[in-house]
Amino acid sequence: MNILSLKNVVKTYQDHIAVNDISFDMPEGCIFGLLGPNGAGKSSMIRIITTITHADSGSVFFNGEALNSSHPSQIGYMPEERGLYKTMEVGDHLMYLAQLKGLSKKDAKQAIDHWLEKFGIQDWWNKKVEELSKGMQQKIQFISTVIHKPKLLILDEPFSGLDPINANLIRDEIYEMKRQGISIIFSTHRMEQVEEICEHIVLINKGKNVLQGTVKDIKDQYKENKFEFKYEGTLPADFNDHGNVVKESPGSVIIQLKENESSNDFLNYLLRNNVRIQSFNEILPTLNEIFIRKVGAVNLAQT
Amino acid sequence: MNKLWLIIQREYLTRVKKRSFILATILTPVAIGLFMVVLLFILSYESDDKKRIAILDKENILKSISDENNLIFKFEEASLEELKKTYTEKNYDAIMVIPPMKNLQDTRLTVFYYSDNQLGLDMRFAIEKKLQKSIRKYKIAALNLDAKELESLDTKVSINPEPIDDSKADVSPMAAGVGAAIGGIMGFIMYMAVFIYGTMVMRSVMEEKTSRIVEVMISSVKPFQLLMGKIIGVGGVGLTQLIIWAILIPIINIVVQGLFGFDLENSAEMSSAASQIDPDDMQAMVAQIMVEIKALNWWTILPLFLFYFLGGYFLYASMFAAVGSAIGDDLGEGQSLTIPITIPVALAVYIMIVVVKAPQSSLATWSSIFPLFSPIVMPSRLAFSPPLWEVIVSMIVLIATSLFFVWLSARIYRIGILMYGKKASFKEIGKWLFYKG
Repeated sequence: MNILSLKNVVKTYQDHIAVNDISFDMPEGCIFGLLGPNGAGKSSMIRIITTITHADSGSVFFNGEALNSSHPSQIGYMPEERGLYKTMEVGDHLMYLAQLKGLSKKDAKQAIDHWLEKFGIQDWWNKKVEELSKGMQQKIQFISTVIHKPKLLILDEPFSGLDPINANLIRDEIYEMKRQGISIIFSTHRMEQVEEICEHIVLINKGKNVLQGTVKDIKDQYKENKFEFKYEGTLPADFNDHGNVVKESPGSVIIQLKENESSNDFLNYLLRNNVRIQSFNEILPTLNEIFIRKVGAVNLAQT
Repeated sequence: MNKLWLIIQREYLTRVKKRSFILATILTPVAIGLFMVVLLFILSYESDDKKRIAILDKENILKSISDENNLIFKFEEASLEELKKTYTEKNYDAIMVIPPMKNLQDTRLTVFYYSDNQLGLDMRFAIEKKLQKSIRKYKIAALNLDAKELESLDTKVSINPEPIDDSKADVSPMAAGVGAAIGGIMGFIMYMAVFIYGTMVMRSVMEEKTSRIVEVMISSVKPFQLLMGKIIGVGGVGLTQLIIWAILIPIINIVVQGLFGFDLENSAEMSSAASQIDPDDMQAMVAQIMVEIKALNWWTILPLFLFYFLGGYFLYASMFAAVGSAIGDDLGEGQSLTIPITIPVALAVYIMIVVVKAPQSSLATWSSIFPLFSPIVMPSRLAFSPPLWEVIVSMIVLIATSLFFVWLSARIYRIGILMYGKKASFKEIGKWLFYKG
């Protein structure tokens, strides 16, 4: 079951195409990375999914239904540009946002109490938002995003501006949400964050869908037969006939094997030549490398 | 609907609960009361400046001059030179020399005033007035004129308006003045309200935009709901403030009068003493004004005032909201966008000033139908009972225009609030109107 399906979605603004024929499926209950450099169209797409704007053409399905106005209350959205009413008290503010998401007064109060307790900040209820530090405000922002138990959580650059402690806190919450079966879209231009968190990704650039699939599949697809091994002793003189040495340092070599050469054959060859192998592992490309290979370094330089 | 109500509640409550709002609402009438007290004190201030003046009047022109409580005149026979030496001993503040009148036809006379001290403006006018009176008496006697006949030359003329149709109520001579005053006050309140609460809406839109809360909000509610909630909520704040003032100001007025023993009639008498209007006349006039104010058809005027308040508020507040959404993060930079709003408001105020003096002019008629002016101009005419058809046409036009502007602003707003960075140009704003959702 897909929580979200986009089919040939197009969104044009006056002078440029923000989303150009994007299609992807997002399986339910996974953490889904929405990747791309700044200005690639991520925010435009999120705005379509959250019904803030509408697609010019194409269709969006939420939980199998065509996207309609009943869906926003099942979505929790934390925009990249986030903010709160500065002069409101934390409790009132959360009550307000929760009620706007359709919670009753009683349910809202209960949920807020639960979350404040969870973060150990029960005594913040009567504090004004402006009295809180940036990191504290982010916590409130996060609570307001998940307070109505959304089916789909959309986090746009959730770690930007967070210190490591708070980033870890939010990261743990993201995993916790996933355990509860909530589907999460994680939108970012920071590839390294995606690698550790997301299972599925879709990579967009200039409004176009460049790459999609599970992180594992994509890495497999783009692996270059690169291996790193550490050894003791001396290497046979002709070992670089088997491939291209990328990097060589005392006791350690990174080699890109020839296409017809398997890792087992190469390892066998090393063993036969009495090289003492300490470690041998495949080097998979990072998403960042894949991305650069796919769209070219020029694009990244602009971000 | 439920969400709209939540938004209205928040917009209203966060403002009404603010300390600055409570202070402004309560302190403004108090400040007005204080101002009145101070003003009355100043107006009723009597100079404690006393002057003893020696008069050298060889020809006895000033025979009839009399003392006043702060002016004491003494005729001296000694010469000026002598007096200059002895005036301090004789306890004089000044020496006044009256030159002989060569020609009784002369309408000018220069009197010399010798003193160490500067002659204050008030004192100078008082002395001049005294001299004029005495010289007038002197001339009447010298020319052998009859004082009674002379007085009969000045005729006070007043126009008493009467309706042609006998069945209509008689209009008193004071009606126009009272109507103009009430109209002016109403027009001014409208002007203040449009500006104060309109900019309140604008600032609030900008705040939501710059604090980036708006994106969170519109993932839960429609931009139109947010806009309407804000306009209605702030409008409620405005109404609340107006109503509190409407109640507090008269109360404080009464309290001030009670505490300080002043009342308007008294102070009017005081100032009338100076302007030579008979105090009895003044009292009658004040009474007449009170009657006139009571005679106005308040049951029509107040609801209509409320209507124009709301109509004008919706019209202008929605424009302010649209501008607020188009302004970038920098308020100063966006100031130019408010010009199209401030110009009609300023024009309306000037028209209003003219219209209260000529409430039946064609300018009055047309400007109270034109919807950008009518919220300010029409209330200023209400005390003159404008023709029914004009009021109805004006109301319909205002409702239609307000709705249209709210719609127009909503279209600008929904795009503007999501555009970060620079302020938009008018051209861009024009394009936003035609964007698809």
